[in-house]
Order: sequence, then structure tokens, then C-alpha cells
Amino acid sequence: MDAPAQKKVIIIPCSGIGKAFGSISRDATYEVTENLRKDTTQTLCLALLVSGDEESRRLVSSNKCITVDGCPLRCAEKNVKLAGGNLAGSLRVVDAYKKNRHLKPRSVTFLDPDGRQMAAALAGKIVKKVDDLLGEQ
Amino acid sequence: MTEAQKKKVGIISCSGEGCVEGTISRVATRLVLGKLRPIETVTICLPLFLAGGREEREFARDYPTITVDGCDKMCAKIATERYSGKPASSIVVADMLKNWQCPKLSSRRELNDETLAVARKVANRIAEEVDEVLKHWV
Repeated sequence: MDAPAQKKVIIIPCSGIGKAFGSISRDATYEVTENLRKDTTQTLCLALLVSGDEESRRLVSSNKCITVDGCPLRCAEKNVKLAGGNLAGSLRVVDAYKKNRHLKPRSVTFLDPDGRQMAAALAGKIVKKVDDLLGEQ
Repeated sequence: MTEAQKKKVGIISCSGEGCVEGTISRVATRLVLGKLRPIETVTICLPLFLAGGREEREFARDYPTITVDGCDKMCAKIATERYSGKPASSIVVADMLKNWQCPKLSSRRELNDETLAVARKVANRIAEEVDEVLKHWV
């Protein structure tokens, strides 16, 4: 994991493995950190953060974080808070679902077209939040 | 419920977002659950387990588990040991890759054909471990 030279927004998905919404949280995060805002955002391993990894903890405490959760249990949000992260925003996949109720993502291992579409919509919401946060700095 | 249905092995994948090996751990676990050993296995959502999920921790205490980690930091294994008990088996994808002639791995977001083939090999190895655990089930 590379240490950022400048302040970045850290995007942390739950990556829940049991349902399609967990995969959507992960894919939307990659769309933002690898394409849409690759210079101003990055992601990290949630499990590593919660395991107490010092570098990960430093990263989430010294940068603004956005969590992206697949289900109402909000594991990413809870775990980032537990790890002392600077939580600046919390999104859920259902936030993208509200305006895309026609989409029925089912596949977990590899997203189906509906899942990809929902991930794209969610990525748009993450980008908006990232831009708002960077505008505040 | 039949005896076979009662015997479940929990697969706990790190799903690490930071490296392609994390994605391989996730995809391989899903392949075991969905295709290779759908009756014999369940998965435990690691973020929920870490956040204090009671049912997840109880399951991992009462049933055998196999942890699948992407790298040598072994977050899934360490968390399982910390909150529930020693896993029956632990797999580290990075260690397996060292022993194989692996092609250059693709991005952590999307697996190309070659990386998917690696994920399938990892899935086969997990399935073998599942069989081993079931063979010794008392």
C-alpha cells in the first residue's frame, strides 16, 4: 500500500461476500479509485484496518474517509469508527437502488449487467461526496 | 435435516480490497460456495464477523472453518483465531502463487482469463481442504 503524498479521500467498501450488494460496494469503490478520481482517492483493506495495522490506522485517521456498505448492518462504517477513522461520509448501495428500482442485481461472484449499472450509479454518488469533501479542504 | 446437511464448513475469505490476491481469495471462495461444494460449505462475512456479528462468531466457534487470505498478513486467520478459535485449515493465496508458475496477474477489479484460472486453482485447493475436514468430522 503506497502512502499518499497528498491528502486523499479514503473509500472503504464492506465487500460483503454473501450478497450482490457487497460486490456492488466493492466495484463502485474500484470505479472511483481506479478511474473516476484515481488521483484524489484510494482504498484499503478493511480487514487489515480492523486487524490493527498501524499504517492503515494512520491513513484513515489522517484523511477523510467514505464508507460504502452493502447492507443495513453497516459493517464498513462501524469498523472504520472502531479503528478511529475520520469518517466524513457513509453511503449504502441502497442509496443507488432508490432511483434504480428496475435493476435486479443477482450475481455475487461476477456482477451481472444490472449489478454493473448499479455500481456505476453508486460510483457517481461517491464521486459527488469526494468532490464535496475536497472542496471543503 | 440429514447428516450431510448438518455438516457445514465455514469459509472465511479476507476479500482484501488492496491487492489482486484479495480479489482471488474472494472469487475462489465464491466458486467453492456456488459450484464446487455448495452443500457442504457456507461463508462468513468477514466485515460482519469483525464488527461483532454474534451468529458469525458462534458459527465459527461451533463449526470447522477454513480461512482464505490474500497475503501473509492473514487477517481472516488472525480474526478467526481471536474471536472464535483456530481454523481447521488456512490458505494464503500469495504463498500458493509463489509455488505456481503464475502469469502476470490482472487488476484487482476484474480478473482476466489467466487470473481467473488461478482463482479456479485456488478454489480447487479450498474444495480439497473441505473434503479433508469432512473426512475427519467426528
